[in-house]
Amino acid sequence: MTEPLIAPLELPFQLFDVQDTETLLQRQRFSEHSRETLDAVLDTAEKIATEHFATHNHKADQQEPTFDGQSVSMIPEVKAAFDAYCEAGFLAGRADFDAGGMQLPETIMTACSGYFMAANPSTAGYPFLTVAAANVIQTFASETLQQRFVPPMLTGRFTGTMALTEPHAGSSLADIRTRAVPAGDGTYRVKGSKLYISAGEHELSDNIVHLVLAKLPDAPSGVKGISLFVVPKFRLDAQGEPAERNDVALAGLIHKLGYRGTTSTALSFGDNDDCHGYLVGEPHQGLRYMFQMMNEARLGVGFGAAMIGYRGYRLSLAYAKDRLQGRPTGAGPDTPAVPIIEHGDVKRMLLAQKAYTEGAMALCFYAARLVDDVHSLPDSEEREQTRELLDLLTPVVKAWPSEFGVKANDLAIQVLGGAGYTREYPVEQCWRDNRLNPIHEGTNGIQALDLLGRKLWQANGAGLQVLQQRLQQDLAQMKGEVCQNLSAQVAPYLQQFAELMTTLQKDLRTSALPVHLTNAQCFMNIFSSLVVSWMWLRQAHGAERRLAQGADSEQHADFYQGKLQAAAYYIEWELPLVSRDFALLQQTNTTCHNMKTDWF
Amino acid sequence: MKILVPVKRAIDYNVKVRVKPDNSAVDLTNAKMAINPFCEIAVEEAVRLKEKGTASEVVVVSIGEKACQEQIRTALALGADRGLHIETSDSLDSLQVAKLLQKVVEEEAPQLVILGKQSIDSDNNQTGQMLAALTGMPQGTFASEVQVEEGSVAVTREIDGGLQTVKLSLPAVVTTDLRLNEPRYASLPNIMKAKRKPLDVKAAADYGVDLTSKVKTLKVEAPAQRQGGVKVADVAELVEKLKTEAKVI
Ligand SMILES: Cc1cc2nc3c(=O)[nH]c(=O)nc-3n(C[C@H](O)[C@H](O)[C@H](O)COP(=O)(O)OP(=O)(O)OC[C@H]3O[C@@H](n4cnc5c(N)ncnc54)[C@H](O)[C@@H]3O)c2cc1C
Repeated sequence: MTEPLIAPLELPFQLFDVQDTETLLQRQRFSEHSRETLDAVLDTAEKIATEHFATHNHKADQQEPTFDGQSVSMIPEVKAAFDAYCEAGFLAGRADFDAGGMQLPETIMTACSGYFMAANPSTAGYPFLTVAAANVIQTFASETLQQRFVPPMLTGRFTGTMALTEPHAGSSLADIRTRAVPAGDGTYRVKGSKLYISAGEHELSDNIVHLVLAKLPDAPSGVKGISLFVVPKFRLDAQGEPAERNDVALAGLIHKLGYRGTTSTALSFGDNDDCHGYLVGEPHQGLRYMFQMMNEARLGVGFGAAMIGYRGYRLSLAYAKDRLQGRPTGAGPDTPAVPIIEHGDVKRMLLAQKAYTEGAMALCFYAARLVDDVHSLPDSEEREQTRELLDLLTPVVKAWPSEFGVKANDLAIQVLGGAGYTREYPVEQCWRDNRLNPIHEGTNGIQALDLLGRKLWQANGAGLQVLQQRLQQDLAQMKGEVCQNLSAQVAPYLQQFAELMTTLQKDLRTSALPVHLTNAQCFMNIFSSLVVSWMWLRQAHGAERRLAQGADSEQHADFYQGKLQAAAYYIEWELPLVSRDFALLQQTNTTCHNMKTDWF
Repeated sequence: MKILVPVKRAIDYNVKVRVKPDNSAVDLTNAKMAINPFCEIAVEEAVRLKEKGTASEVVVVSIGEKACQEQIRTALALGADRGLHIETSDSLDSLQVAKLLQKVVEEEAPQLVILGKQSIDSDNNQTGQMLAALTGMPQGTFASEVQVEEGSVAVTREIDGGLQTVKLSLPAVVTTDLRLNEPRYASLPNIMKAKRKPLDVKAAADYGVDLTSKVKTLKVEAPAQRQGGVKVADVAELVEKLKTEAKVI
């Protein structure tokens, strides 16, 4: 018997007590499903993650993929796991029935991905990127491109990548230099270098389909001049089979802190001026296409960060119950040593991890439900409102779990003490793997700018209005004692937030704006802490309701008590930290802004 | 050839069980339940025989409360063709289960009945043997290999000290051991297909079997907590401790 990847009660609680996932089954898109099929899908995910992914997480970290100048090799377990994932049908989980898919809700696919992320984030990278790339082609490319590339990507015969970043252009994609020139036959010739491309080369599939951002010769400057191309490693013959090698070359593998099992590649396109590419959709719309997919991609990053954080939490929890050290205050030296979990400071570190990671999970499931609603609500106005809320929350969903997932892993190392710092124990790998998440898919710095500079004001602040309505609706329902007490503690911060919004609105067109943008992280801290407090209130509400029903075993009651305690921890210990950020923003603090390069 | 596979709904092997405070039973309230792992191996073996063309139909039966239908669906998603749920809220012993299965065997006339050798909740290891006795079929228990031949089946059994192969004439009863096979996962498309496969429900009371339990549970207790180990400096100390503390030599 192995320790389960996710505590058995956690996902049912998140999905069916905190979220009302079962109501999705009434929507036409999901009407073929039932609670039974959803549970069965989750079971299969847990089994494959436990038996095929978790088993080589450590080995794949120790034995990185290598490149001998010809091909990339990696430990065989990665391929076995990838194949098991594909054979079970997960690649097509979200896709339409007509496309051989399962039409499963995003909420459920997110929950499934939780098992794989907790088990082995590096190996999970290969299928996850493939799904994301297939999704872009399916949504924006011509029917011909769809027919040729999507079906083999949904079975895993072809895998996918997202090739955006270049050596000199990461956060600022407007500056990319990769070019695409029409070849006269409707196809294009692509030339340029890409860097850090995950899964850019490997032997797991018959073909690799790169989605490449590049500029056409007549492109307007900036982000409005970027187009998107499908560039396969092997061009397809008339039957759609991989044939001639395309002019894409692996310039080298990149060696990283974590996520070592996923190849990170430097790719050269068109060294021999013969790299065939196929335009996706319209010219100059590439970044828009990519960004439409970003809500989902960023949800994936945030949830992955939450799950790696959660894994570290569970591992350090198990260790803390087992490790004997020290005695309670006042106990004599001859009394037996106690498990470290009985020490107050260790409880603090475990509670913080629980509050961060389960809070992040709740946030991601909330966002996943919004994705489902955007795709399946019958009323178009409600769909639009939901989209605004999702857009507003997306920078938070990406940045908060990735910041606090890493913090949780840091605490997991601390709980293990010296053991945590050694490679004999798995928590240092969790930390290294998770450290990527604040960096990719838009750095957390860029997320804070996006939130304060754009999303907050988009559509006249419609997203924030929807958020406030929903928060108030939730609060009105929370009648339990713990929820009442905790929401009373949140209320003054909501009041301060309203005051801050008045200030910011006033400053929008003044010289204070650039200072506020310098301090965007302060706003991110405030906004995300309030959103996560809300998520903890929702969990506390679910737990109080279950406890009031009294129909559960003692073990379950313990689980719900734990939720109430973690909600209290978040709201009493973490939320008050934003007082500093309120003050800095209200006083338009210029310390960072006025710092000069030469003064460093 | 038709194969009948009885499956039991049991607590998921990942769940750490707790005994109820009154020591009457294990607390199953809202606990995660699954197909008993040995039964899952039985389903897998039957499905493989079907895939090889040896079997033509795999019928799964489960006896118990309504929720057993979840485990039947799981078996259907693994590849069984149809399900039979015999509904009862009584908690039955091996003997009542075997008697109900005897009736099902009379109705369905399978050539082979494959069961798990035991269930991980009560560990009785009796139902298959009882069913064989009641129906007069030959039995091959603890199977680690099953070879169906013309009119017979060769079953390799895991016994103390090695393997024994027995040849049974069909129809026969086989019970599975852990090493017989490694069950597949229910793939997502098969989970959907399982929804459309037939599942009959019958009341246990309609089978005319006496369902009163012949076994009385007196008390359920958790196993004693394992004491932490100690490291000894050398063999001499070990021998000393075995003599004086453990008192085993
Ligand atoms: C392991 C790994 C996998 C990756 N996988 C992929 C992939 O599959 N495909 C892909 O296309 N890319 C991938 N990337 C690239 C990743 O998306 C970029 O690293 C990221 O976008 C940041 O770009 P950069 O590294 O050029 O950093 P820079 O853009 O140089 O940023 C450096 C620092 O400056 C800050 N900064 C930059 N601009 C601003 C600004 N305007 N205002 C305030 N602060 C700013 C950033 O927040 C950051 O702290 C991957 C990276 C890694 C490490």
